[in-house]
Amino acid sequence: MIKHTIAVIVNDQPGVLQRVSGLFGRRGFNIESITVGTSEEVGLSRMVIVTSGDEQTLEQITKQLYKLIDVIKVIHLSSNPIVARELALIKVSAEPATRPEIFGVVETFRAAVVDIGTHSVMVQVVGDTEKIDAMVELLKPYGIRELSRTGVTALNRGNSR
Amino acid sequence: MVTQNATLKSKEELMEKLRQPEVITGSEILLRSLVLEGVDCVFGYPGGAVLYIYDAMHGFSDFNHVLTRHEQGAIHAADGYARASGKVGVCIATSGPGATNLVTGIATAYMDSVPLVVITGNVISSLIGTDAFQEADITGITMPITKHSYLVRDVDDLARIIHEAFHIANTGRKGPVLIDIPKDISANKTLFKPVTDVSIRGYSPTVSPNKLQVDKMIKAITEAERPLILAGGGVIYSGGHEELHEFVKKTDIPITTTLLGLGAFPSGEDLFLGMPGMHGTYTANKSIQKADLLINIGARFDDRVTGKLSGFAPHAKIIHIDIDPAEIGKNVPTDIPIVGDVKTVLQIANLQAKRADKADAWRAELLASKAQYPFRYKDSEDELKPQWVVEMLHETTNGDAIVTTDVGQHQMWAAQFYKFNKPRSWVTSGGLGTMGFGFPSAIGAQMANPDRLVISINGDGGMQMCAQELAICAINKIPVKVVILNNQVLGMVRQWQELIYDNRYSHIDLSGSPDFVKLAEAYGVKGFRATNKEEAKAVWEEALRHPGPAVVEFVVRKEENVYPMVAQGSTIDEMIMGDAE
Repeated sequence: MIKHTIAVIVNDQPGVLQRVSGLFGRRGFNIESITVGTSEEVGLSRMVIVTSGDEQTLEQITKQLYKLIDVIKVIHLSSNPIVARELALIKVSAEPATRPEIFGVVETFRAAVVDIGTHSVMVQVVGDTEKIDAMVELLKPYGIRELSRTGVTALNRGNSR
Repeated sequence: MVTQNATLKSKEELMEKLRQPEVITGSEILLRSLVLEGVDCVFGYPGGAVLYIYDAMHGFSDFNHVLTRHEQGAIHAADGYARASGKVGVCIATSGPGATNLVTGIATAYMDSVPLVVITGNVISSLIGTDAFQEADITGITMPITKHSYLVRDVDDLARIIHEAFHIANTGRKGPVLIDIPKDISANKTLFKPVTDVSIRGYSPTVSPNKLQVDKMIKAITEAERPLILAGGGVIYSGGHEELHEFVKKTDIPITTTLLGLGAFPSGEDLFLGMPGMHGTYTANKSIQKADLLINIGARFDDRVTGKLSGFAPHAKIIHIDIDPAEIGKNVPTDIPIVGDVKTVLQIANLQAKRADKADAWRAELLASKAQYPFRYKDSEDELKPQWVVEMLHETTNGDAIVTTDVGQHQMWAAQFYKFNKPRSWVTSGGLGTMGFGFPSAIGAQMANPDRLVISINGDGGMQMCAQELAICAINKIPVKVVILNNQVLGMVRQWQELIYDNRYSHIDLSGSPDFVKLAEAYGVKGFRATNKEEAKAVWEEALRHPGPAVVEFVVRKEENVYPMVAQGSTIDEMIMGDAE
């Protein structure tokens, strides 16, 4: 199954996320991640959805999304070069003895320590999904207490849209 | 036919008056907007959350309001009105249970692309989300089964929303639109100015086709040796039946129409092969499987038509004309997609359409097959056969009636043995297969066509799902002729249990149903019963002569099956032909 990243420009209306996510649910389309936020235009929101499926499924997803009145535009981002980013906050167990090692990992990944507790530190990492997966793998041995990922947001590179 | 509010004012005078800006309540905005949208009949049921709306309707005479006995009756009636007229059907229900009683009817309309505007009340805005008395999130509940929906949050938006709702319901691929109006919005006042333009960003259905695609279709037709047209409900919805007729005449291509497409093409013409699919004709199904070119015009390749998808039309190049791009390629891979309104596409195609000259042998083959394998059944002199009854209905009405059906065996017999020649004369629940639809939809069809004969054909099962609406036929003198083919059993379920579940008849016995004649009479509707051919002819003629509504029960053979039949999972040429001879 191929992964696809699509952007859906929607009217900023109550219930629009429900319309979109409900459509994926009832038609059996996969959602790996979904993010919603404001867009460059007032009144419009941008959803970025990572989904998987063959070309025919992607075509159906696009066409079915266009049937929703509140959907203005559907963009298949991953058909062109994209910048895709995700943010994760990871609270990892950290006693004074292990902190230098953790800080080493954080530095290597150009992540940041954003909070320190008596027995834990909170790490913030931004990057593509693979980078965050790798970071999580490396921090696992120390004991991950809590983890929160935002899901992918993305734009096409350069002038294409 | 006399209804509660029958005297309408002169239309122009009324419209002029309603267009004047005025400070009025949300309820009055709703009523005025409906009139300005051309609504002449609304089906509904009042309740707490729509009391302001019904208060505004007190003494109101600018459209008819039919008070049904159940919200389900109201929405099926609105659906029948829309299907039989081509106009938008409108119904009103209160919040909570009133609104949720509409759900089946909304889903029915959604599956068959029927334009409805469904108005529900809701609790006052400040109570929304508190589990208030009779609160239900009806926009949330119906999201998957509406084309679009609105929860009105400000009375200033109401006029625009109603205008948009009518536009969305009746353009592009048609469908139901729901407007949920909180009670305070229907009470609040604002300056009403009629909305006449509509601008919905991102919503602009493609009406005109890509010319190059049409050219490709024309070329494919001249090359085809075994071309076939599969026409669906989209022909009727777009009003393109005359263009379809011209297209068939010009190309001389044989045609089959789906269940919802019946009436889109005159059934008596040589090139008409009947309906395809699970209970379709032998010739229609065989021709699809043999065709080298299949032109789908406004049908959606439903599984009741295609049978086993992987074996469907194995030799055919597929052309698919549809206003909904999402239907193209959804079930069947398409070689030549044509997105557009069926009528417009055919108008353009007709300018250059030529006879399919290479298809002479094919035409001769199908004509012979059609003569050899018509729908047939083994008649009986002792028992009434349901097919015979439908044939009698057809003969006595010259095929001119509007026929509505419920769902099941009687629906298939009606589709097989009542021959349709005109669009909008056949009202049936195809996609959702909704029992309880047949009778109330006939009330709507009759309201839309006061001067036509409307026959509602039902089984004894489905009739009991909305029988309470007999009351409104009696009270409003709506002269629907209700036919009940009573086999004392859930017939289609019985048929499947016989043929597929090894005669294990589980919970299908409907003995203990009411005496339908007495039931009709209890509501003040004339009732008749027939158990043999002689009685059948006599009572039917009497029912036809009777000026008001009538219920005619035909007691038919219990064990009768619908043939041909394609079992689920088989390709459509694998037909069980049954005991017909």
